[in-house]
Amino acid sequence: MFRFLAIRFGRAALTIVLVVTFAFIVLRLSGDPAVAIMSPEAPPEALAAFRRAWGLDQPIWVQYFRYFGAIAQGELGQSMRDGRPAIVLVLERIPATLMLTIPAFILKVGLGVPAGIQAALHRNSFTDRAVMTMAVAGFTVPSFVLGLILVLVFAVQLGWLPSGGQESWRSAILPVITMGLGGAGVLARFTRSAMLEVLGQPFIRTASAKGVPWPQVVRGHALPNAAIPTVTIVGFMVGSLIAGAVVVESVFSWPGVGRLLVVAVGNRDLAVVQCILLLVACTMVAANLTVDLLYGVLDPRMRARKS
Amino acid sequence: MSAVITTAAPVIRRRAIPPAVMVAMGWIGFILAIALLAELLRPYGITQMDLKARLRPPVLFGGVWAHPLGTDELGRDVLSRLMVSIRMSVTIAFGATIIAAVLGTTLGFIAAHFRGWVEQVVLMLVDFQASMPFLIIALAVLAFFGNSLPLFIGLMGLYGWERYARMSRGLAAAANSQGYAAAIRQLGARPGRIYLRHILPNIAATLIVAATLSFPEVVLLESGLSFLGLGVQPPMTSLGNMVGYGREYLTRAPWILLTPSVIIVTTTLSVSLVGDWLRDRLDPTLS
Repeated sequence: MFRFLAIRFGRAALTIVLVVTFAFIVLRLSGDPAVAIMSPEAPPEALAAFRRAWGLDQPIWVQYFRYFGAIAQGELGQSMRDGRPAIVLVLERIPATLMLTIPAFILKVGLGVPAGIQAALHRNSFTDRAVMTMAVAGFTVPSFVLGLILVLVFAVQLGWLPSGGQESWRSAILPVITMGLGGAGVLARFTRSAMLEVLGQPFIRTASAKGVPWPQVVRGHALPNAAIPTVTIVGFMVGSLIAGAVVVESVFSWPGVGRLLVVAVGNRDLAVVQCILLLVACTMVAANLTVDLLYGVLDPRMRARKS
Repeated sequence: MSAVITTAAPVIRRRAIPPAVMVAMGWIGFILAIALLAELLRPYGITQMDLKARLRPPVLFGGVWAHPLGTDELGRDVLSRLMVSIRMSVTIAFGATIIAAVLGTTLGFIAAHFRGWVEQVVLMLVDFQASMPFLIIALAVLAFFGNSLPLFIGLMGLYGWERYARMSRGLAAAANSQGYAAAIRQLGARPGRIYLRHILPNIAATLIVAATLSFPEVVLLESGLSFLGLGVQPPMTSLGNMVGYGREYLTRAPWILLTPSVIIVTTTLSVSLVGDWLRDRLDPTLS
């Protein structure tokens, strides 16, 4: 168990190192970082001071390690647009994003997992076909199309809900549905195939044959085993909550991290983009690590295994 | 509740193509034909304005036959723009899928051939790519380097390379331990010949299925970025670009947005259907 955890923690740290390296490489390749981070209109003294502060006159590998040091201290540069620290700009947008992504995540799991289980238990029934059709639709209808159609129907035609902005909790309904439905489809499809895989195993047949009632076979034998692959994909969904918010927040003009990222990319506000890149990487890594720890809880075999 | 126990082992059936897949194939053929012939078929230029015929609805909703799918607020013909957008989106998706497949397969072969630390580096890159949402990486690269069409296609070409790498590495490693690869090596063939002439044809079916399944994802990614205004830039036009632009006229002229949306959904759906069918047919081990 200890070795298993050590390897996982090592991997998590390595991913963060790779993301920082990626940011370092693209930042160096894209031109003078002093000009890029400070803005081209910055006075020459400020640029020189910035270069000294970030050690841009040093050899490249010294710069590389200094870059790590700066990031470890939370020095992520200033936003080009209003000169405030990028990290502050990003942090103040996080609550708005969570307001959408947490209910959307509950919707995904609450709808997707039971639908997938039902579909697998009643394979080839009407329920199964309906769930699979919805799942395929959830995958092929991009979120911006779904979002705009919902706006067209519920905001423009019926006038029940606001089409965008963040005035009241009612503004959150359409974005949450847009985010949740697509993810629920993906999750339903995945849960269904995980369940079908488990239901075909010999131990299910054995349990049935020795006279265990079917609901108990499902609860005691099938669900715990199907939980393992499902938890993996749920973990990935937690990690990519911010990425999922990028398009939907833009459709509904919701002032969250995703919208900030799109605007920052449009303005080439590199300090903000870099900050969000690191935030996403940390979220992904934390989610993956949690999934790995959950494996240990869900699957006793994992605790015994070496890696 | 009845105790229905299903066997999970997939059965390969050689039966006729299901009707839904036939329709999907027909639709893909139609879209490809439009993409190839867009410049010949389009009735107007995509920037040609007709200020006297602005915001005309499609012909079935009270429009005129001169503009079957209506016009936008500058009087540009939606049908013409749609055709050119299909051409652009299909070109990008094809280009990107081919780049990703070639890049991923090459790296997978390199990993399988050299083993050792080379393999570890490739696997590390694969893990990294798989653990970061691609959209965020793409946005970061666009922010750092700005946008141009070749860069954009190249960037889309990074989408999904890790899947081909993982697959081709595993398959090549398996092939290396089989008789035919060892035999050709004993005959003195160079590695390039072994991998390209002998192993690649043997694993191509699996890679093609993977490419078919990845193609709609590239279409969705490209249209998402173009929708955000960060992909294909005007005056060029793509499907996502049209949706993003049509959003401004959501209430007055929903057809500007709905026609490209329908094309995106039907095309990705068709390619996914064909991909799933091909996968079941050619390679039941993939899932």
